[in-house]
Amino acid sequence: MGEQSVVDVALQGGTMVGAQQADRRKALQKLRLNDVIFRLGTRAAAIFVLVLLGAIIVALIHGSWPALQKFGFGFLINESWNPVTENFGAIAPIYGTVVTSFIAMLIAVPVGLFIAMFLTELCPKWLRRPIGVAIELLAGIPSIIYGIWGLFVFAPFLQQYVQPAMINTLGNVPGIGNLFAGPPYGIGVLTAGLILAIMVLPFITSISRDVFEAVPPVLKEAAYGLGCTTWEVVRYVVLPFTRVGVIGGVMLGLGRALGETMAVTFVIGNAHRISGSILAPGTTISATIANEFTEAVGDLYTSALIALGLILFVITFFVLAIARYMLMRLNARVGA
Amino acid sequence: MAASFVTPLYGKRQRRNTITKFLSLGATAFGLTWLVLILIVLLWEGFSGLSLRVFTEMTPPPGAAGGLLNPIAGSLVMTVLAVIIGTPIGMLAGTYMAEYGRYDKLTFFVRFINDILLSAPSIVVGLFIYEVMVAQMGHFSGWAGAVSLAVIVIPVVVRTTEDMLILVPDTLREAAASIGLPRSLMIQRIAYRAARAGMVTGVLLAVARISGETAPLLFTALNNQFWSTDLNAPVSSLPVVIFQFALSPYKDWQSLAWTGALIITFAVLALSIAARLLTAQRKQS
Repeated sequence: MGEQSVVDVALQGGTMVGAQQADRRKALQKLRLNDVIFRLGTRAAAIFVLVLLGAIIVALIHGSWPALQKFGFGFLINESWNPVTENFGAIAPIYGTVVTSFIAMLIAVPVGLFIAMFLTELCPKWLRRPIGVAIELLAGIPSIIYGIWGLFVFAPFLQQYVQPAMINTLGNVPGIGNLFAGPPYGIGVLTAGLILAIMVLPFITSISRDVFEAVPPVLKEAAYGLGCTTWEVVRYVVLPFTRVGVIGGVMLGLGRALGETMAVTFVIGNAHRISGSILAPGTTISATIANEFTEAVGDLYTSALIALGLILFVITFFVLAIARYMLMRLNARVGA
Repeated sequence: MAASFVTPLYGKRQRRNTITKFLSLGATAFGLTWLVLILIVLLWEGFSGLSLRVFTEMTPPPGAAGGLLNPIAGSLVMTVLAVIIGTPIGMLAGTYMAEYGRYDKLTFFVRFINDILLSAPSIVVGLFIYEVMVAQMGHFSGWAGAVSLAVIVIPVVVRTTEDMLILVPDTLREAAASIGLPRSLMIQRIAYRAARAGMVTGVLLAVARISGETAPLLFTALNNQFWSTDLNAPVSSLPVVIFQFALSPYKDWQSLAWTGALIITFAVLALSIAARLLTAQRKQS
């Protein structure tokens, strides 16, 4: 009796006969059982998410074990990638991944912040949503589309118009001239970096816009009241207030850029070497895996490719973890 | 304008402000230009190849005419299976995080890990499924492709389910509890119903996300030149066919790749716009 709900007792408890009470107890027990099962089910699903991450790490380590055992830490700094002699090293793909992502961030971060500034401070209200959605749609376009577009449209365009101009002007500047040396291939590290910039732009823009919008209006109004210009408000009030969040957004974009596969595979040129020029073909971790995995013969070759995947996963894991930590810190401060 | 107020410093500040305003306008135009450019090129290159035979014929050998029926069917089947596998797990996990353990340590931890899985490189997911399914079974298969897509679906659904359930007002839950509804029924009958539009949005976004995914399918489902309904064998999919055809030297294959790209892009854009409309409606009501 003590376990019945108060309402039940109040309404009918007194008038029930024995058989009804037994029925009720049965029904209640069934409900209680369902309750427990449902709660445990949801809890199991939540734990499953953790297990999934653990399983990914374990599977990657297991798969890359032969290569790691054979090459040890030398795998990380070996430049050779030779399937015939089975001598594999990861430094060329790592270099390509880092350089293409760096180029992407160099362009996407300022552009993304300026778009966020436009959307939060300058844009007329009725235009904000359409422009914001349009930029976010850029993020929805599958990466293979960027790839095919980059290969057939963007790379030839660069090869014909942009890269010759770069070689003739920037190529002669002492110091950075070497970065722009060599013939204009069209495809290569620079092209991949530029396409990555377009791809991560929406991530950086939408997070920056969200954190800019979280700035308490009273802070901005106070600055405007003192006679600050729009730029000064953004530079000295909005940016300092949202710094952690912006860094979080940038790291999130960086995580995307590091792991992006298909778009890069189309335009990077897949050359396993470290070249001084950013116009030269190169490769990235993900492009190497995508290009070679199905054709890899021999356990060591496959294992070396999985080891590349492990390195990529570890790098992006830390970048994304930092991103989330930063965004959480901002949220804690804004109190959202 | 009173000229006497225009000090050198004031002029400098105004100029700097004007420059940055133009820069931010320019940046926005720059971002939108790419969207327009990509869509125009897609329509230009893909539209001419769009005909009924694209949806009724198999992928051709080089030099012959044909369509994209088997990759379209393969993509649809694997996407549906991935949603069927991934959505329940994602929804249950999201339910735990929003309803049972909103403030406990497990939720905090799961949320953190889930956000990382959400942006983890999809090619790594492909390697993972290769290790646990393809290498164990000894052959590529449509099931492996569907499971690797499901791994991508889960974090998206977890995230939106949690976010949407948190938006459900607590008064609804209290009202349900006060009339003696058990907690599981309260969640299923009241909270789910209140958050339905948002949860559907999550699934739509997940479908949009996986329908263009190529990397995880490359070495799980592989590819198949022919019509195949056997999910234990390699299955063709639209993104992988685009990848293969676009990189081939044959003109017919390349133009089919463009047509496929057009189909995928507009399907994905339609899905994400539909998802947005659903949430927008919710906010208004």
